[in-house]
Amino acid sequence: MTKLSPVLSANWDEKDSFTIEGYKRHGGYKAAATALGMEPDAVIQMIKDSGLRGRGGAGFPTGSKWGFIPQGDNKDHYLVVNADESEPGTCKDMPLLLANPHVLVEGIIIASYAIRANHAFIYLRGEVVHVYRRLLQAIEDAYAAGHLGKNIGGKGFDLELTLHAGAGAYICGEETALLDSLEGFRGQPRLRPPFPAIAGLYAKPTVVNNVESIASVPAIINNGLEWFQAMGTEKSKGFTLYSLSGHVENPGQFEAPLGITLREILELSGGIRKGHQLKFWTPGGSSTPIFTAEHLDVPLDYEGVSAAGSMLGTKALQIFDETTCVVRAALRWSEFYKHESCGKCTPCREGTWWLVQMLHDLEAGKGTEADLEKLLDLCDNIAGRSFCALADGAVAPIISSLKYFRDEYLEHQRNGGCPFDPVASTNFAAVNS
Amino acid sequence: MSDKDFISFSQEQIATMDKIIARYPRSRSAIMPLLHYVQSLDGYVTPRGIEKIAEKLELATAEVTAVSTFYTQYLTKPAGDYHVGVCVNTLCAVMGGDAIYESVSEHLGIGNHEVTKDGKVSLERIECNAACDYAPVVMVNWEFYDNQTPRSVNDLVDAARAGNPPAPTRGPNKLRTWRENSAVLAGLNDGLANEGISAGEASLRGLKIAKDKK
Repeated sequence: MTKLSPVLSANWDEKDSFTIEGYKRHGGYKAAATALGMEPDAVIQMIKDSGLRGRGGAGFPTGSKWGFIPQGDNKDHYLVVNADESEPGTCKDMPLLLANPHVLVEGIIIASYAIRANHAFIYLRGEVVHVYRRLLQAIEDAYAAGHLGKNIGGKGFDLELTLHAGAGAYICGEETALLDSLEGFRGQPRLRPPFPAIAGLYAKPTVVNNVESIASVPAIINNGLEWFQAMGTEKSKGFTLYSLSGHVENPGQFEAPLGITLREILELSGGIRKGHQLKFWTPGGSSTPIFTAEHLDVPLDYEGVSAAGSMLGTKALQIFDETTCVVRAALRWSEFYKHESCGKCTPCREGTWWLVQMLHDLEAGKGTEADLEKLLDLCDNIAGRSFCALADGAVAPIISSLKYFRDEYLEHQRNGGCPFDPVASTNFAAVNS
Repeated sequence: MSDKDFISFSQEQIATMDKIIARYPRSRSAIMPLLHYVQSLDGYVTPRGIEKIAEKLELATAEVTAVSTFYTQYLTKPAGDYHVGVCVNTLCAVMGGDAIYESVSEHLGIGNHEVTKDGKVSLERIECNAACDYAPVVMVNWEFYDNQTPRSVNDLVDAARAGNPPAPTRGPNKLRTWRENSAVLAGLNDGLANEGISAGEASLRGLKIAKDKK
């Protein structure tokens, strides 16, 4: 039985965990001091050796990303933290930043020093004002304490940190769209290559990392490689935040070594809501193909989830029980992708609208069996045909739900409408609200 | 157009805009915080705001409008003092978000992107707001209201219209207006960061279990 391993979340239950005093009480900013005493390349090597992989969805090795930045090129370098957390089901970075914004600031100092960046940015989604307040205060307090600004810690390293609010566009979580947005344009993805490491923000070498990836760095510097590598699996090292939501007794954040299973998390947390059974779930947000009860024992690491036909993604475990209509779920996710498609690439811009139209008809019982083939054909013409992965994400819930629940789509046709009672799946179904 | 469109920004407001621009290596990057700032002054992205941003950043007004209209948080007409967003993405919708939206929309007599006649409350169907472990979630002026029901949201909007909204679940002690919160998103510190809890119950779930097992 895998045990939980709170590292990032270890002090969230303290009243002042988000203040600089609360952070320093637990050794805050010691890792930055240690790192600034090392050669920048040694810091990069340490993160490479740790095996830390990106926690924002793609799982790319963090240290390697840092290593791609050309050195000695006489160009400005930038670090940009992706705090645009918007993937449906994903809810780990926002509580992390509410409860401990300083761990991100400290990670930014270390990462910027390693890649020789003197200006870093946090791109925070705009729809979370209190998270913005906490981060802004943390940055101001870090400046006042000499952790940011000129000649940090007397080591001759300068770093400016700018907090930037987005304004409600999911696509800006895609790293190149984020960069366009940060430059003051519409947030539309760029064609890669060139990758951000060569031509990122203002066409300068840039690292874009997820909040959790950067926030994991101070603990690695403080506790060492052996400590970090003792957690997780062969190719997925360390601890991470799993976010459990939906039809469970106790939703929430569960920090555990990579490779824990959903069965274990459910056993620890109290299981599916009483009197109900697991029907389907996402391992890493709505863009990762859905799983069913047969996947309860899949190790939730990068390789395990991939081998079972989905993706670890953001480790957003959205749980749905037998009261939930899978066609309705697929339709709502499709409406989301349609709304969030930036419009740059035709297959995505047009295709997501067609997906919604077809799913509307299918949910209303107006489709035919031939429509299911047409739907799959449409998916085939959308996935992999656009600049970014939004289009791939849009078809994931449809293809996977058809794979496991094809008959439920047909049942809508036989029934002349949705056979489910939406009230039964609400969390106030049993209460008179 | 409102009367505002014929009044110029004050010297103090222009100085604030200059400070926002100074945060960035290139001025154009300031377009988003400047749009948030205009919303904090005017309640939405006004023509005078577009013109001033264009002038400050040496852009055409069409370039500023092109950016403004891409992002859903920038409004083309005034929001209410209390802008209520009901999450209707799959998980929240299934858990009760659909029922909440239907109920509050009927209760207020307004639909998506509409404002009550008294200008107090506006309504929006929103997508995932990164609080799924507190579903169904409602955001008011982009502050978290966790674990809502149709009744709790109807009560919330009634109290807001009476000028006495409940405090956010994870936020400051008192709910600020939509304009006041727009100023925060422009990077203006309102000094409220230390108010409110560190973490909600669901955020602490795993930590508590880990501690209990020790």
